[in-house]
Amino acid sequence: MSDVSKKIEPPVIEIGILGWIRKNLFSTWYNTVLSLLGLYFLYIIIPPLLSWIFFDATFSGSTREDCTSSGACWVFIKQNMKLIIYGLYPSDELWRINIAYFLLTVSIIYLLIPNLKYKGGVGIFLLVIFPIICVFLFSGGLGLENVETRLWGGLFLTLVIAGVGIVLSLPIGILLALGRRSKLPVVSLLSTIFIEIWRGVPLITVLFMASNMFPLFMPEGVNFDKLIRALIGVMFFSAAYLAEVVRGGLQAMPKGQYEASQAAGLTYWRMMALVILPQSLKMVIPAIIGSFIAVFKDTTLVLIIGLFDFLGIIQFVGTNPDWLGFSHEGYVFAAAIFWVFCFGMSRYSQRLEKKLDTGQ
Amino acid sequence: MTSDVMIEMNSVHKWFGELHVLNDINLQIKKGEKIVICGPSGSGKSTLIRCINRLEEHQRGNIIVEGTELTNDNRSVEKIRGEVGMVFQQFNLFPHLTILDNCSLAPIWVRKMPKTEAREKAFEYLKRVQIDDQAHKYPAQLSGGQQQRAAIARALCMEPRIMLFDEPTSALDPEMIKEVLDVMVGLAEGGMTMLVVTHEMGFAKEVADKIIFMDEGQIVESKNPTDFFSNPESERTKTFLSQIL
Repeated sequence: MSDVSKKIEPPVIEIGILGWIRKNLFSTWYNTVLSLLGLYFLYIIIPPLLSWIFFDATFSGSTREDCTSSGACWVFIKQNMKLIIYGLYPSDELWRINIAYFLLTVSIIYLLIPNLKYKGGVGIFLLVIFPIICVFLFSGGLGLENVETRLWGGLFLTLVIAGVGIVLSLPIGILLALGRRSKLPVVSLLSTIFIEIWRGVPLITVLFMASNMFPLFMPEGVNFDKLIRALIGVMFFSAAYLAEVVRGGLQAMPKGQYEASQAAGLTYWRMMALVILPQSLKMVIPAIIGSFIAVFKDTTLVLIIGLFDFLGIIQFVGTNPDWLGFSHEGYVFAAAIFWVFCFGMSRYSQRLEKKLDTGQ
Repeated sequence: MTSDVMIEMNSVHKWFGELHVLNDINLQIKKGEKIVICGPSGSGKSTLIRCINRLEEHQRGNIIVEGTELTNDNRSVEKIRGEVGMVFQQFNLFPHLTILDNCSLAPIWVRKMPKTEAREKAFEYLKRVQIDDQAHKYPAQLSGGQQQRAAIARALCMEPRIMLFDEPTSALDPEMIKEVLDVMVGLAEGGMTMLVVTHEMGFAKEVADKIIFMDEGQIVESKNPTDFFSNPESERTKTFLSQIL
């Protein structure tokens, strides 16, 4: 603490952009070689890709004849946009889906803006009331015309399956995790069996069973909607994975937290809800979001049971004789949209972690 | 009259597997009494006080707290936990909640106290342990001594009739021990019934009505402080005292 010591600036070469480049890209001869190779690789990949996607691409027009340039033909996507977003949903009823898209977007934006009031209320709306509204909006009832689920498709269907899978699988997963750690042998055994069976089979098998085998076991005349069967399959599949993620978080909790809650007189469920789960879920946020992202991407598997989700419908419109040969555009577009959703979830996970950090 | 007996333990036994951790414990603690329990590590002193609020289950004998016998019946356990506050060696504050929320959590959810009242009460007790200025911070932002005082305030917010302290100063840096002990002395002077597991013999001399020395699961010696320090009967107590004093 002597005031003799003067403040000495670090050497210029160690700081700033130059310093960073020197330290991270050219610190040794082999790093230099790797950096140069990497730069060369980017040089041969990026410019042609950009020209294909943007500079040489065709954006305007209405038929394939308009696509004369060497780049991508985004007219293909534009002309099939309605199918890609709504599937085969009747044109006169599209407003129902639009309302849902609108409510969803507004609520999510509201939740993302920091420091707004009534976020809890909006969250409950989004998780509880919104899904109920959606059930009536999408399938009909209360004076709305009935729309069969086989007409559902595109991004709409993907969001329905992923949304249901994500929203319902977390509470089920938490219950399964608590069940597996329960002191009651029967509860623990049943939870373990449930988790291990669902984790032990591939999702494709689950969907295939739900679609083709399940009806064989039902009495004649009883018919569950195919989409509902797929939803249940996705939900339990994801719940089993989440259960293990949550259990990991529970196991990381120090014993003292349980003891302090018990000593304060909290009952089991209050202790879990108020003390243990808030902390252990926070610890496993990255893994939970990872699971959600996996569910979102796995929804594409419903194609094998004849449901046309976002990717499925893009493949489907690619087989339209008017648009043969544009599958590249379709897949790139699908990849971009999937990436936006998954990256969004990933960023949200990081934000959440930062926000909930209390400096432990 | 047994009405002023707060805690009664009659031939209590407990085993951890083969290990006999509590061996025939008989104890009567009256209202307002301050008991200090000491002994070498592994002697069962922590287990003894943890049996009183059922963090550990005893296997034989009976424990009666304020007229309620501890049984497997959850209601008896909940009732007793409502009357008994506990302070731990590692503080065990809830790290995801502010100090204020740590203190008001149990009153709100167990005592069903209105939120504003619970927060007022929490402030009152935080003031008493002199950390009301830290109320809106998270536990990790406090020093060890402050955390332990917050933990004491948290226990007091339930307005317990009995306080258990399980080595409350053992995890603290030396300069912070005093601030916690001062709070405990203040509490003792206020007439709280206290059971304290500690090696702080200065504290024991100052506030204890009775000092209990335990070894290998048994109560070896149980005396008032003057006799305990000047006139211990058993060899084991003498050896122990010679090591820590």
